[in-house]
Amino acid sequence: MIKGTVKIDEEICKGCELCIVACPQGSLGLSSHINTHGYRYVELIKDNCTGCINCAIVCPEPAITVYRQPKVAKSKVA
Amino acid sequence: MSQDNNSNNEPRLMKGNEALAEAAIRAGIHAYFGYPITPQSEILEYFTREMPKRGRVVVQAESELAAINMVYGAAGAGARVMTSSSSPGISLMQEGISYIASAQLPCLIVNVNRGGPGLGTIQPSQGDYWQAVKGGGHGDYHSIVLAPASVQEMADFVFDAFRLAEKYRNPSFILADGALGQMMEKVILPTEGSLPYPDKNWATVGMGERKERNIITSLFIQPEEMEKVNLRLQEKYKAMQKEVRFESILTEDADILLVAYGLGARICQKVVELGREKDIKIGLLRPITLYPFPKDEIARLASRVQSVLVVEMNAGQMVEDVALAVNGQCPVNFTGRMGGMIASPEEVFQKVEAIVEKQTLTLK
Amino acid sequence: MENKIPEEFEVVYHKPATLTDTPLHYCPGCGHGIVHKILMEVVDELNIQDKTVGVAPVGCSVFAYNYMNIDMQEAAHGRASAVATGIKRVLPDRYVFSYQGDGDLAAIGTAETIHTVNRGENILMIFINNAIYGMTGGQMAPTTLLGQVTATSPFGRESVTMGNPLKITDLVAMLPGAYYVSRHSIFTSNAIRKLKKAITKSFEYQKEKKGTCFIEVVSNCPSGWKMTPVESMEWIEEHMLPIYPLGDLKVPKVESKAAMDKPN
Repeated sequence: MIKGTVKIDEEICKGCELCIVACPQGSLGLSSHINTHGYRYVELIKDNCTGCINCAIVCPEPAITVYRQPKVAKSKVA
Repeated sequence: MSQDNNSNNEPRLMKGNEALAEAAIRAGIHAYFGYPITPQSEILEYFTREMPKRGRVVVQAESELAAINMVYGAAGAGARVMTSSSSPGISLMQEGISYIASAQLPCLIVNVNRGGPGLGTIQPSQGDYWQAVKGGGHGDYHSIVLAPASVQEMADFVFDAFRLAEKYRNPSFILADGALGQMMEKVILPTEGSLPYPDKNWATVGMGERKERNIITSLFIQPEEMEKVNLRLQEKYKAMQKEVRFESILTEDADILLVAYGLGARICQKVVELGREKDIKIGLLRPITLYPFPKDEIARLASRVQSVLVVEMNAGQMVEDVALAVNGQCPVNFTGRMGGMIASPEEVFQKVEAIVEKQTLTLK
Repeated sequence: MENKIPEEFEVVYHKPATLTDTPLHYCPGCGHGIVHKILMEVVDELNIQDKTVGVAPVGCSVFAYNYMNIDMQEAAHGRASAVATGIKRVLPDRYVFSYQGDGDLAAIGTAETIHTVNRGENILMIFINNAIYGMTGGQMAPTTLLGQVTATSPFGRESVTMGNPLKITDLVAMLPGAYYVSRHSIFTSNAIRKLKKAITKSFEYQKEKKGTCFIEVVSNCPSGWKMTPVESMEWIEEHMLPIYPLGDLKVPKVESKAAMDKPN
């Protein structure tokens, strides 16, 4: 299983929750904290992100950067 | 009428509308966007015949509303561009002109003034003076307004209008009338290519090598910013005052000063003659720029003459600006025919005689 | 949950450089943000940032030029396609697009919309249809659905006094000047992917100079519709798409095989 992760800009996020719904892994959820604009921002709530970028695609701000493990397993460089 | 249009500057007989259009092509316009309306449809027609031949753009838009917004777009993209219409169509363009003025875009709008208000008549009138000079559209802005009085000036003023528009990044108006548009006179057309293109580094041509994008807008939603924009515009209009132009005919020794522009001035030229024949020293001040208005010259002359008669083809519009400039130094009278009627020189001269009698003027 | 990104991970998605750093002023979950992003991704990927000029409308996206890092002009209400016409006619080799809402394009700008396409202007017209006037406080739009409650249809839109939802895209598709007409949406990530393909195709078609590309985006207005962003996407699927079905309304004709096989 490809592993991925996301970085969500907490100040830019408006807590619209579109990414939470778009995520097939259910990895995202609303924080209990609010940012300086008064929005509850979204954060990773599980460790099972696959880096599919669905969340980034639906984000209007856009507040999400997506990272993914490289596809080909790199052989160890001597 | 097929002519050797590209060629040199021999005098030829042309209709005002067509002389203006040909002059615009020689002034190097990139595009014309317009809509038919009497009495200026020949301008659009001339362009649809000539522009494709000479590699320029012409579009008959779906309305004057569309045309002025095409002008906005093309002017914002750095092109030398114009439109034309007549009174009701110019009314439709007012929103666009306000936007153009606020976004500081150079362009030329030609109004071949017809009788109004409303759908009116197709006969000539000067009923759009206020619309052209005082704004017409919303907000604090001014267009540069030139008023030709001959077919020659219909051609020459196109060059002046673009030169001023581009110098000040402002819309320019040529305020003509139905008679000037339709009449045929001798004209020597300006030389093609003799109006250079200025650098327009503010235009939206695509960023290219630029790091900062260019934005053309008239929206400044913060009041502090909007005020700054307005102050900048006002500074510009102050600077424009030095572009004032007028023609003086026998004003220095005049007892009665006529003030008239465009066709009104043509009529008044004859009135000056009639007066001088009868030993009434009539002079004529013909504003060429209606904005900026020759208020200083009028104020100066008002201190030397006994009475002023403003002759217009409307219910009395420029007379207010004249009265402001005269500032009580002498009486300011008015005569005007409306609805497309044109006074004869004799008719106007009778008004002069009436003034001499009524005001018991002691003539020099 | 603190998130440390492992060193060997690659960035597979980040905000395109063609969007500025200015935070968007749109309501949470607004489709404008999604469309701006996709549009600018395409401009970035096609490498045409230096040759693109956009026209912003009057509406919530009146400040689009604060977010899109390209030369842009602000148009008067309804006139964006006329402004775009002016730009494209004098700069025929640039990529020109207009971006309008449902009031701009289908109410006050109807004449400009029809005639721009009728002339086959070689631009991309983007039509954001969210069945409401967002910026001015949620009034009825030409595309508002029958029965839909808005600030000016407080008892629900009824056709007798207020007309029917105007399917302007269908009208425009009938014109010979229309080259590519397609209706998309932003209600799921798949729909957004398809929208991106359509925008990409449109910019490529612009080079062919064969007519107008017109893309309607069935979008949302959580504030005007008085629901959460997530609910608004469901509302699009349940209520908007039956009236404004997704798909191509007009596609360029494919060259015949014989013509393609002809030697130069």
